[in-house]
Amino acid sequence: MASLIVAESAIFTIFVVAYLFYAGKSLTGPTPGEVLETPIFYTICLLSSSLTIHFASRFLERGKRGAFLGLWVLTIVLGALFLFGTGQEWHRLIYERGLTISTNLFGTTYYSLVGLHAFHVTAGLLMLSIVLLFGLAGRVGREQSDRVNVLSLYWHFVDAVWVVVFTVVYVVAR
Amino acid sequence: MSSDAMALQTAEVGGARPWVQTLHEWVTTVDHKRLGILYILFALLFLVIGGIEATIIRIQLMRPHNDFVSPQVFNRMFTMHGTTMIFFVIMPVMFGFANYLVPLMIGARDMAFPRLNAFSFWLTAFGGCLLYFSLIGGSGLYGAGNAPDVGWWAYAPLTSRAFSPGHSSDYWTIALLVSGFGSIGTAINIIATILSMRCPGMTLSRMPLLAWLNLVMAGLVLITITPLSAAQIMLLVDRYLGGHFFDTQAGGSAALWMHFFWIFGHPEVYILVIPAFAFASEIIPVFSRKPIFGYPVMVGATVAIAFVSLSVWAHHMFSIGMSSYSNSFFVLTTMVIAVPTGIKIFNWLGTMWGGKIQFKIPMLFCIGFLFQFLIAGLTGIMQGAAPFDWQLTGSYFVVAHFHYVIVGGILFALFAAFYYWFPKITGRMLNETLGKLHFWLFLIGFHMTFDTMHIPGVLGMPRRIYTYEPGRGWDIWNLIVTIGAFIQGVAILVFVANLIFSYLRGPKAGNDPWDAWTLEWSVSSPPPAYNFASIPTVASRRPLWDQKHPEDPDSRYE
Repeated sequence: MASLIVAESAIFTIFVVAYLFYAGKSLTGPTPGEVLETPIFYTICLLSSSLTIHFASRFLERGKRGAFLGLWVLTIVLGALFLFGTGQEWHRLIYERGLTISTNLFGTTYYSLVGLHAFHVTAGLLMLSIVLLFGLAGRVGREQSDRVNVLSLYWHFVDAVWVVVFTVVYVVAR
Repeated sequence: MSSDAMALQTAEVGGARPWVQTLHEWVTTVDHKRLGILYILFALLFLVIGGIEATIIRIQLMRPHNDFVSPQVFNRMFTMHGTTMIFFVIMPVMFGFANYLVPLMIGARDMAFPRLNAFSFWLTAFGGCLLYFSLIGGSGLYGAGNAPDVGWWAYAPLTSRAFSPGHSSDYWTIALLVSGFGSIGTAINIIATILSMRCPGMTLSRMPLLAWLNLVMAGLVLITITPLSAAQIMLLVDRYLGGHFFDTQAGGSAALWMHFFWIFGHPEVYILVIPAFAFASEIIPVFSRKPIFGYPVMVGATVAIAFVSLSVWAHHMFSIGMSSYSNSFFVLTTMVIAVPTGIKIFNWLGTMWGGKIQFKIPMLFCIGFLFQFLIAGLTGIMQGAAPFDWQLTGSYFVVAHFHYVIVGGILFALFAAFYYWFPKITGRMLNETLGKLHFWLFLIGFHMTFDTMHIPGVLGMPRRIYTYEPGRGWDIWNLIVTIGAFIQGVAILVFVANLIFSYLRGPKAGNDPWDAWTLEWSVSSPPPAYNFASIPTVASRRPLWDQKHPEDPDSRYE
C-alpha cells in the first residue's frame, strides 16, 4: 500500500503541477476568484473522518467490534457528506456559473484535479462499505485488523491529498 | 497453488493431458515462473512485430524517392515501432525475467501478491492487443485501416482532435494507460516481494545484485510511469471532454505535454537499462570466475542513477527555447549521471580483470554490451551538451544514439540473459554453434546499421522523414544501414530457431550448468512449482559457493 501511495502521489503531483502552471492563464472567464466558495464544512467532515477511521481501527485491534463498527459507519457518513458537498459545488458551478470542463483552462484543470480526488474518495468509500458489509456479517475481527489498517492508510492518504488540493485550489491559486 | 499441485499430480499419473486443460492452466496461472514465461513469450511476439515494422521503415529509406510505403503508413510504422518496442517488448521482457528470477534468487516460493501478478500481466497483454486493435478499430470499421501516427512521444498539438481525427490516438493513449497500470502493479509486487519475502540470512547486503537492481527499477516505475498515466488522462480529457490542457488556442501549453512526457520518458530509459545492468552484474562474475567487484558501490551507483535520472528529462527539449538557467541545469545533471554509470562500467571491468574468463555465449553478449553501452553513453554525453544538441537534435544522430543504448546495450544484455537462464527455465541448453552464429551475425548487423547511422545524422538527415532527395551524401549510408538491418533480422531468426530447436532437442542442462553461485541454480531445471522444498538459509552473497566449498566459505570474509 505504501508503494501504491507513492505511485498515486506522483499522479496527483502532475495534476497539481498542471493546475498551478495554468493558474491565471485562462483566456476567458470565469476566474476562480469569481466563482469558487471555500467548502470549509465539508473539508472538516473529510478531515475528521481520518480521526474516526484511526480510532475505529484502534478499537478493532483491541477487539471492540461494536465501537469499531460505529466509528466505521461514521467514517463512511463523513466521507459521503464530503462527496455530496463536492457534487453540490459542481452543480452550482455548472448550472449557475456556467463553468464546465470545456469552458476555459480553469475549468479543465479544476474539474480534473478535484474530480480525480473525488474519484479516489469514491473508491475509498466503496472499499470502506465492503468492510462494513463484512463487519455487519460478523466477519471482521481482531485477526483482520492488519488489513483494515492498510485500508485506513489509503483513507488517510486521500485526506492528505485533499489538504494539498484544498490549499492549491482554494488558497494559493485563488 | 493447489490446482497447480493437482495438475502436477495428474501429469505424473496420467501422462498426456488434453491441450484445453494445459491452456486453461496457463491462462489462470498465478505461479510467478509461468507468468514470467508468459511475459517473455508475449514480449518475443511483439519483438517480431516491432522488428517487421523496423524493416518496413528501413526498406522505405533504402534509397532516395523510394515509394515502398506511403508517407501516412511510414508515420504509423515509426509510431508503432517505438511504442511497441518500449512498452510491449522491453518492459514486459524485463518484468518477465524479474518475475521469474527474483523469488528464486531470494529464496522465496512465489511473489508477494500472486494474483496481482497475474492481473498485471493480463493488463499489459491486453494493452498490447488494444494498441494493435487500432489497425482495425482506428477507422477500420469503415474500411480504412488506421494505426496511431503521432510518434511515440505524441507531441501536442498532433494529438488534438483537429489533427488526429478518428480513434487511432485514443487506442494509443488507452493502451499505454492500461499497460501502465499493469507496470505499476508489477512494480508494487516486486518491491513487496524483495522487502518482505527474503529467506533467512538473506540480508539486503547479501541480496544478489539482480534483486537489488530490480528493486531500484521497480521504485523508479512507481514514480515515473504514473506521470505518463496522469498525462494520458489529461489527453483523454482534452480529446473527449473538450478540455484545454494542451490546447494552445485556449491558453494551454504544448510544452507542458513535452515536460510531462519526458518526466516519464527519460527515467523510462533507466527503467529499461537497470535490469540490463542486473543481467550483466550476474553473468560477468560467473564467467570471470570471480565475485562481483565493488558490490556496495554497484548498489550505490544504481540508486544514484535512479535519483539523478529524475532530474534530467529536459535534455530532450533543449531546442524548444528554455531559459539559459534551465538549459545549464539540465546539461549539468546529464553530465552528472555519467559518473555513476561510469563507475558501473569500471566495476564490471574490475570483475573481469584477473579473472579466468570463459567465452561462453552469455559472456560474449555481455562483453558486446560493455563496449556498445560505453559508446552509447559517450554519444549521450555529446548530446547532453546543449549547444551540440541544438545542432543535432531531431537528426539521425539521435536515432543512432538511442538505438545504440537500446539495441547495443539493453538487447545485448537481454540476449546474454536468454542464453544464461534458458537452461534454468526449460531444463535444456541452448545450442552453442547457433548461438555463436547469432552473436556474430547480430554484432556485424548491429554495427553496420547503427555505427553508420550516426553519419547521415551529422550530415543533416532529419528523423521521421519518409524519403529524401538524392545527392545529399545520405544515399550510400542509408543503403548500408538497411543492409545491416537485414543482417540483424537474419540473426534474430537464427535466435528464434535456436530457442525452438534447443527447447525440443537441446542437451539436458542439469541443476547448475554454469557452476554459478546464486540460489536459483540450487533447484532443479525447470524448478518445481513450489521452488524450494525447504526454504534455504544463506550466510553470504554466494550461497552456492559456500555449499560447494565448505572448506573456504565466503561468509568468512564478509
